[in-house]
Amino acid sequence: MRVDVKKTYKLYIGGAFPRSESGRVYELKDAKGEFLANPCQASRKDFRDAVVSARGAVTGWNKATAYNRGQILYRVAEIMEGRTFQFAEEIVAMEGVNFKEAKAQVEAAIDCWVWYAGWCDKIASVSGSTNSVSGPYYNFTVPENLGVVTVFADQKSSLLGLVAGLAAVLAGGNTAIVIASEKYPLSAITLSEVLATSDVPAGVVNILTGYSAELAPWVGAHMDVDGIDVSGLSKKAEEEVRLAGAENLKRIHRFNQFQSLGRIQAFMENKTVWHPIGV
Amino acid sequence: MTNFEYAPALESTAILDIASQYGLFINGKFVDPKTAQYFPTINPANEQLISQVAFAGETDVDDAVKAARNAYEKSWSKLSAAERGKYLFRIARILQERAREFAVLETLDNGKPIRESRDVDVPLAAAHFFYHAGWSDKLKYSGLGNDPKPHGVVGQIIPWNFPLLMLAWKVAPALATGNTVVLKPAETTPMTALLFAEVCQQADLPAGVINIVTGDGSTGSFLVNHPDVDKIAFTGSTGVGKAIARAVSGTKKSVTLELGGKAANIVFEDAAIDETVEGIVNGIFFNQGHVCCAGSRLLIQENIQDEVLEKLKRRMASIRVGDPLDKNTDLGAINSAEQLSRITELSASGDLEGAHRWSPQCDLPAAGFWYPPTIFTGVTQAHRIAREEIFGPVLSVLTFRTPQEAIEKANNTPYGLSAGIWSEKGSRILWASQQLRAGVIWANTFNKFDPASPFGGYKESGWGREGGRHGLSAYLKGEK
Repeated sequence: MRVDVKKTYKLYIGGAFPRSESGRVYELKDAKGEFLANPCQASRKDFRDAVVSARGAVTGWNKATAYNRGQILYRVAEIMEGRTFQFAEEIVAMEGVNFKEAKAQVEAAIDCWVWYAGWCDKIASVSGSTNSVSGPYYNFTVPENLGVVTVFADQKSSLLGLVAGLAAVLAGGNTAIVIASEKYPLSAITLSEVLATSDVPAGVVNILTGYSAELAPWVGAHMDVDGIDVSGLSKKAEEEVRLAGAENLKRIHRFNQFQSLGRIQAFMENKTVWHPIGV
Repeated sequence: MTNFEYAPALESTAILDIASQYGLFINGKFVDPKTAQYFPTINPANEQLISQVAFAGETDVDDAVKAARNAYEKSWSKLSAAERGKYLFRIARILQERAREFAVLETLDNGKPIRESRDVDVPLAAAHFFYHAGWSDKLKYSGLGNDPKPHGVVGQIIPWNFPLLMLAWKVAPALATGNTVVLKPAETTPMTALLFAEVCQQADLPAGVINIVTGDGSTGSFLVNHPDVDKIAFTGSTGVGKAIARAVSGTKKSVTLELGGKAANIVFEDAAIDETVEGIVNGIFFNQGHVCCAGSRLLIQENIQDEVLEKLKRRMASIRVGDPLDKNTDLGAINSAEQLSRITELSASGDLEGAHRWSPQCDLPAAGFWYPPTIFTGVTQAHRIAREEIFGPVLSVLTFRTPQEAIEKANNTPYGLSAGIWSEKGSRILWASQQLRAGVIWANTFNKFDPASPFGGYKESGWGREGGRHGLSAYLKGEK
């Protein structure tokens, strides 16, 4: 009999896989109630480290052309495809669905990722405008990235909601900190291994596992976070985040669709530029 | 030497028919406030009483919200989009017809020069209604889905710096998208909103579609906290904006905020200096500097500092400060005693912290609230006058050596509303406009506004945009 080599599930910060600085883990059970893994229970300090890493990556991620960002995101989908079996096995274990259903979710998540990848170099055309002002001025509006966005991943699905939240943020040119689903965190860790082996620059995506409600007030109050996707939070935790987030007027949104242009636009700013026309 | 002094050219106030007292505009009629309280509104240029205005309390706000809800359900949402738009076209036309009246009343109540209320505020307000009227039946082309829905009842709170124009920025898109409105004008500038209520009556706008409740911050707070208001739109200070964001954090209310700014106006060494000087003056002294997007931090490339400042001072010496009703006046009255004391206090901090103050010689009227056009040189980024919004005719001058330093200084603020760039080099302008974290960038111009042009801030300057296609999303429920 061969003994399985089991994986240690760690955090993903700045392109590295550290354990929580707090030394905390929580016991994750599978759908049948059996022990599955000990994912890290990220601390406030882990989150702050992730923000530093994400902030540092904003300029570089933005300097890349939109075409380049699109290719990098597409590359993630390519690597995900090769890990379909692993993602599906984890979903089976966590959600208790059969393999076919799990595989369908993985495929939907990959397709969702491809969908967002394709938006990178089109969002400005669709979401921007030239504006007919009454005067001799050229006037145009372009969408730009917001900056650092924290995503509380959907709690109800292991991979699909996670991908929708993350890919939309990245397509808009932002860097991200993802707080994985508390109940289904393993897909997020496996996704981080995909990201680390794609061409996504270190720091562009940071993934934490742990207790969403514990992290929520710290995320809400962090002054270097620009936006928060609260889709994976309870209403009560969302309210706490909104209350704390008012201090620097964070852009805070909850979404109900996995694939929507609105998800990208929510974490972008629109900039309008005027210039006189004349000889 | 010939003296080219201007003779006074006063705009007459005979066109106005001001009542001694105004009620609240609820459900299509002026009604007495249930508080039975009124408060005075004065002309800041001479401190004389203009009229007494009703003070709306909690019950009054509730009445207004009920009227708006009733109108939303019974009339406004039943109307076809094209017909809804025709009401807005009507309003735009009546504003144009009564433009002179609005301009004079605005200048009386606000203190801004008649030249600005006549040439900027009122025509732009009419343009906003005309522009949005045409959107009413084209919302499916706004990029928000095939059939985007209005929120319902919208509570709107507007500031005193552009009373009628801010009303138009708020009311026109709200109505065009099918919402009904409860509007709270600023405490010190309620008059043109009340005249606008008459316009709504003349346009035969269905009762309750617009309700106007005058009052102070407490009135605004009742509106923000009213459970039957679906959406809040606010223009004003960042402090109040944050308080509103907190107040609605546990509700389903949607919010848009247009807040403060501390805009950098960047002058590169290759700028056309004479045009730039005009732009600097327009950037900070337009509307007495009571402009959230004012170019209040001038960043000059170090090697041209002396030339720019010399020409700027010469230009400032020709700014005419005085009676706002005089058509020659460039700089009118400060809107209130409270605002004047804030400008005075912040400017004093500039002296205390070691910046150098300069103002041209100018005689200020004895009555009313006045502040001379002022610049501070030798300002550092740590000075309060470089960080806090003064909201007055006070310019802080800083310098930079490299373009990168200019961008870093410009972005070194929690605000992100607007910025200016002066350069004759196209690629530099486009580079700088990309680097600046602000919602509106004026390149080789400043303080330009248009209903088709989205306006609004990054960072702590607010949430959302007003104007253009982008502004519609504030009043529609898009899919996300």
